[in-house]
Parts: sequence; structure tokens; C-alpha cells
Amino acid sequence: MGSAKDGTGHWWAQRVSAVALVPLALWFLVSLMSLNSLDYASVRAWFAHPFDGFLAALSVAVLAYHSYLGTVVVVEDYVHSAAAKLAALLALRFLHVLAGGAGIFAILHLTMGTMGS
Amino acid sequence: MPARARPLSPHLQVYRWQIANTLSILHRLTGVMLSVGLLLLVVWLVALAGGPGGYETVLRVLASPLGAAALAAFGFGFFYHLLNGIRHLFWDVGYGFGRRERRRSGWLVVAGAVLLTGCALAYSAYFAH
Repeated sequence: MGSAKDGTGHWWAQRVSAVALVPLALWFLVSLMSLNSLDYASVRAWFAHPFDGFLAALSVAVLAYHSYLGTVVVVEDYVHSAAAKLAALLALRFLHVLAGGAGIFAILHLTMGTMGS
Repeated sequence: MPARARPLSPHLQVYRWQIANTLSILHRLTGVMLSVGLLLLVVWLVALAGGPGGYETVLRVLASPLGAAALAAFGFGFFYHLLNGIRHLFWDVGYGFGRRERRRSGWLVVAGAVLLTGCALAYSAYFAH
């Protein structure tokens, strides 16, 4: 299917990640807003709960995946030169793996690193 | 040559502006914006994992006028993309394709996003003091 190469798979992945993000994003927002304060201790206490850490890590993973799929379509639609397109797509891939990896690593550290300290 | 002029593909420069294409472009725009938001979210998380010093710095930046304006914009982007995304998912399973339905759900999405952003801002302002 055109420039997308594997259109159906991409289309489907975009929808599945969108459906997953509806409850995850709402959970994240409601949890964040129901904290008494956004100060260091309060937010750390939130992520110290294993289940909250798990949901937060899941949210970052699905968000990074959904964001990657979306921005790839934008690059494919608007970047026309083959070299620039390849460079932009590579940059998107690196950036999203980096963002997802760093975010999940930070959450794991917050949830597990707090034990005993 | 065809016997009569065929419709041209909708080039942005000549396309008549209307609610449908405005909302479609806004969905893309807010999507790209939220991708930048993902990077900020990760910065916030990494700072939090790094310790109180860096985290307080990030909070100070977010509490500055520019940071607060950016957060408000991200808030609207979030609610708009969420609501319009749900509208798209309804289309994907075959509902709401009628002319009036499309128009009504479009305005509903805009109103809902503005309303939810307003509520979130009011809530944050109330609890920040």
C-alpha cells in the first residue's frame, strides 16, 4: 500500500495502541491530579507502589509505540526526498526507543530502587 | 483527455476550509505536539528518578509562565486528540458517518476538549494554592 509498504499492519497497530491508550492515559491523568502535591516526596510515593509503577511503565511503552506510528505517517506524507525521509524515519525510531527505554528505566528505578531506602 | 473535467485531489491551497478538514489537521497537529509531550514526560520521569534537586528544577520550569502556558496547550492537545481519536475509532467500526452526525460529533469534540481543558486548569489552579 503506497509508501507505507505494510499498510494494514500499521493501520491495525495504530488502532490497537489507541484503544489501549484510552484507559491508560485517563488512569495516568486522574492519578496525577489526585495527588495532594506534585512535590518530590508525593510523586515518589505514587511510583513506589508496584501496580502503579507497572501501569506507568505500560503507559510509556504504549505511548511511545503510538507516537512512533503516528509520526512515521507524518514523515511519510510530508518529507519527499528519499534521503531526508530515510534520515527522518531513522531519527524517529532512535528517538522513540530512547524515550520509551529511558522512561521505563526511570519508572523501574522509582518502583524498585525505593525498596529499603 | 477526459470528456469533462474530473475533480482534482484536494490540494491544501485550494481546498475550501470547513470543520471536517480543520479537525482532521488539528488531530495530526495535536498528535505531533503530544509526541513532543512524550519527550517532556520522559524528562520529568528521569529527573524524578535522579533525585530531588533535578526534579525541583523541572517543576520550577513547569511552574514558570511559559511552562504553565505550554502545559495548558498540552492539556488541550491531550483532550482534543483523545476525544477526536475516539471519534475516529467509532468511524473505524462503521458508526457516525452521516453528514449531520460527522458535523455534530466534530463540534462535540471541540466543545468537550475546551471544557475538559478548562476544568483541568481550574482544578490545578485551585489546588496549587
